[in-house]
Amino acid sequence: MKINKIMLAFIVSIMMLSGCSSTDKKEGSLLDNNVEKEGGSLVTTALNNQALPEEQVLTQGLTDSELSEDGLSRLGAEFSDPANPLSKQTIYFTHDSSQVQQQFVHIVAAHAQYLLAHPEQRVTIEGHTDELGSREYNIALGEQRAKSVSRMMKVQGVSNQQLEVVSYGEEKPASDASGEVSWQLNRRVEIVYQVQ
Amino acid sequence: MILAFLRRVFLITLALLFSPLVRAELTIEITKGSEAAVPVAVVPFGWQSTQAKASVSLSTVISADLARSGLFKALPERDMLTKPTAADKVNYRNWRAIGQEYLIMGLVNELAGEYQVQFQLLDVYKGESILGYRLNIKKNELRKAAHHISDLVYEKLTGKKSDFSSRIAYITTTKVGVNKRKLYKLLVADADGFNPRAIASSWEPLMSPSWSFDGNKIVYVSFESKRSAIYVQTLADGKRVKVSSYKGINGAPSFSPDGTKLALTLSKEGSPDIFVLNLINNKLSRLTKSYAIDTEPSWSPDGKSIVFTSNRGGKPQLYLIPSQGGRSSRLTFDGDYNARGQFSSDGKNIVMVHANRGDYRIAIMDMATQTINVLTAGKYDESPSFSANGDMVLYSSKKANRSVLSAVSADGRMQQSFTFDSGNVREPAWSH
Repeated sequence: MKINKIMLAFIVSIMMLSGCSSTDKKEGSLLDNNVEKEGGSLVTTALNNQALPEEQVLTQGLTDSELSEDGLSRLGAEFSDPANPLSKQTIYFTHDSSQVQQQFVHIVAAHAQYLLAHPEQRVTIEGHTDELGSREYNIALGEQRAKSVSRMMKVQGVSNQQLEVVSYGEEKPASDASGEVSWQLNRRVEIVYQVQ
Repeated sequence: MILAFLRRVFLITLALLFSPLVRAELTIEITKGSEAAVPVAVVPFGWQSTQAKASVSLSTVISADLARSGLFKALPERDMLTKPTAADKVNYRNWRAIGQEYLIMGLVNELAGEYQVQFQLLDVYKGESILGYRLNIKKNELRKAAHHISDLVYEKLTGKKSDFSSRIAYITTTKVGVNKRKLYKLLVADADGFNPRAIASSWEPLMSPSWSFDGNKIVYVSFESKRSAIYVQTLADGKRVKVSSYKGINGAPSFSPDGTKLALTLSKEGSPDIFVLNLINNKLSRLTKSYAIDTEPSWSPDGKSIVFTSNRGGKPQLYLIPSQGGRSSRLTFDGDYNARGQFSSDGKNIVMVHANRGDYRIAIMDMATQTINVLTAGKYDESPSFSANGDMVLYSSKKANRSVLSAVSADGRMQQSFTFDSGNVREPAWSH
């Protein structure tokens, strides 16, 4: 309430001043008590940005991805056997493209086969991009990549219920550095096995 | 040309050691000064208080404000021969001799537990005072008072609205603990980067902050539930409302000028499209229907149209669509990447990310002539945001592998970078 009053006084005085720009001399003298009584032209800062409440901590404890890393080791030996395509859960893309490259098709297929054999298993298909370009556009691009992978899995018969698509755009890079080497690592889709 | 400007590099380091509100040391580096800047001397203010020393140097803050506008050049204190605090003590000839056009001086008095700040603006050539005010402020409002004085001086001398008292929002990431986990924070600070305060923090990404036009609310995207959702948070009480959490993308929120609607991107129907959410009755209407990516909507100041990014023509370009729905028309044809458009407050210009041959830069398009003027020379410049009066554009850029905030004047003549003491700073949004 008090703030509003001050704000009003401030606005009124500004209006008065802008309305009498021809009387610059009067305006130019420092306003003393008498002027204040006559014209009410006392300017007080009405500072609307008051102290803000404490920050909101939106997440706590372990994230699901940390839990799922734990879960991965419980999935079975095939996931840790480097010779098995299931051990690879990342699909890489070329710049500004959401097409799954030929050399990754068999990896997507292996995960699709596993999901078909384990209908209770759910995965999150995470789409990511490099840092080039605007952030929200990259969210859209990341989603297209994730959808390319999930579409391939659905074609092989994986149920919609097993697949969740989420795009992080450039917000969760695999490598924080700039340059083509990092960007190649960041343009990716991660198949994240959810904890049962 | 640019190199000639770059030679005029000067550095203002403002370390605020006293105020408990200030947590970060901030460096504002003016990397490209304007040749036409008007010389102004801000004399250190007189100080009459039980406290021995002012917690904030008003003259330092005012000098920095005026210099940041690009229109003024502040005289360093060490070059002042005298430091008068009242007009009748001024020898105008001396100030003329050192090329100063305007003089700002004043005095702070402690009165009944508060401060009274008096100041005057003197025209050195006319030899007279042209503006004078007295401000009654609380003891912790010296910095705000200084910004307010800057506003009054700027408006008097340029006839234009100023925005030294405005605020900025931005996202930071820092790596925390032994696991170097990335912590995302949404912060709000004064326009000069001081008084940064986190209003939200999360281990999952926070992005795309945008202000309501009245400055009371911020809308942003949070992945705290492991998928995107849009929240509107009121600054005064910290209360937030989840306004969108559909399947797929919930992104790029932007308040309508009257604050009753949000434009946003949703992919619940397939490919990302532009929608308008009425915040009063929660009605959602779809504006675009394409198989391409449509995203990054932003309102014209009259609320009648929305600029957005689409790759329907193959590459991302800016398009315009009536906010009530209708046909969209392509706005940009120059360059192979134009994205994230935002109108200036007078609606005459649109600022955007503009790329040619892989260099992402900030450009402004003049709506009347449809010409694009590239303002920056970086490789990774993004997230441009106009200041309230349209004079400056704040954006994020890369410096030594870190995201930093930078600003450039809308005419490209003046550039500055804001460096915070740690972490990556990005997605700046200037309050309207």
